[in-house]
Amino acid sequence: MQVKVLAFGIAKEIFGSSSISIDIESNDTDGLKNALEVKYPKLKELSSYMVAVNDEYANDKTPITQQDEIAIIPPVSGG
Amino acid sequence: MIEVKISDKTLDTQACIDKVLSPSCGGIDVFIGTVRNATKGKQVVRLEFEAYERMALKEMQKLGEQAKKKWPIENVLIHHRVGVLGIGDIPVVIAVAAAHRDAAFDACRYIIDTLKETVPIWKKEIFEDGEVWVAAHP
Repeated sequence: MQVKVLAFGIAKEIFGSSSISIDIESNDTDGLKNALEVKYPKLKELSSYMVAVNDEYANDKTPITQQDEIAIIPPVSGG
Repeated sequence: MIEVKISDKTLDTQACIDKVLSPSCGGIDVFIGTVRNATKGKQVVRLEFEAYERMALKEMQKLGEQAKKKWPIENVLIHHRVGVLGIGDIPVVIAVAAAHRDAAFDACRYIIDTLKETVPIWKKEIFEDGEVWVAAHP
């Protein structure tokens, strides 16, 4: 399945775009992270990063569909 | 009342205070974040803030709700800037009004501490000789 992924902060620089499409093998957040880390190995150099599904932080193995809004959340630094 | 806002315009601290002011409250605790001129001894030229706005507003609203559950406070306001900020500019204002000051102080501190951990907003520090996304790397 191909999903669209939004990126912010340093993730946007790693992807070279604020939005990318990527093919994933298992349709969950783990499958997405695996695919992203293969294509963008610099993600693994971050302190950490989270996946958000429909504006909420998602745990490992959260199912995702093509209708979901998916975003990569690198370490936040507001305030 | 809980009010959350993300804006690319200058934050008006007095307007924030006026919004939480209430006749049944004995005090307002306000946290104003300001842009510092240096990080680890290195001169900062400016900061650039970016937000995943829809989710950030949702997380800020949650912070207000959590604070209201934990402490007897009446009004909470959380405003955050995005865009380019110079030294001394204000990226964040948190104002909490409560009947008694202990609750206002505690809730305000909780909100800024938790905002820095959970709200999807990012800042990039721009130095004379480069730039860095804060907290991105170990």
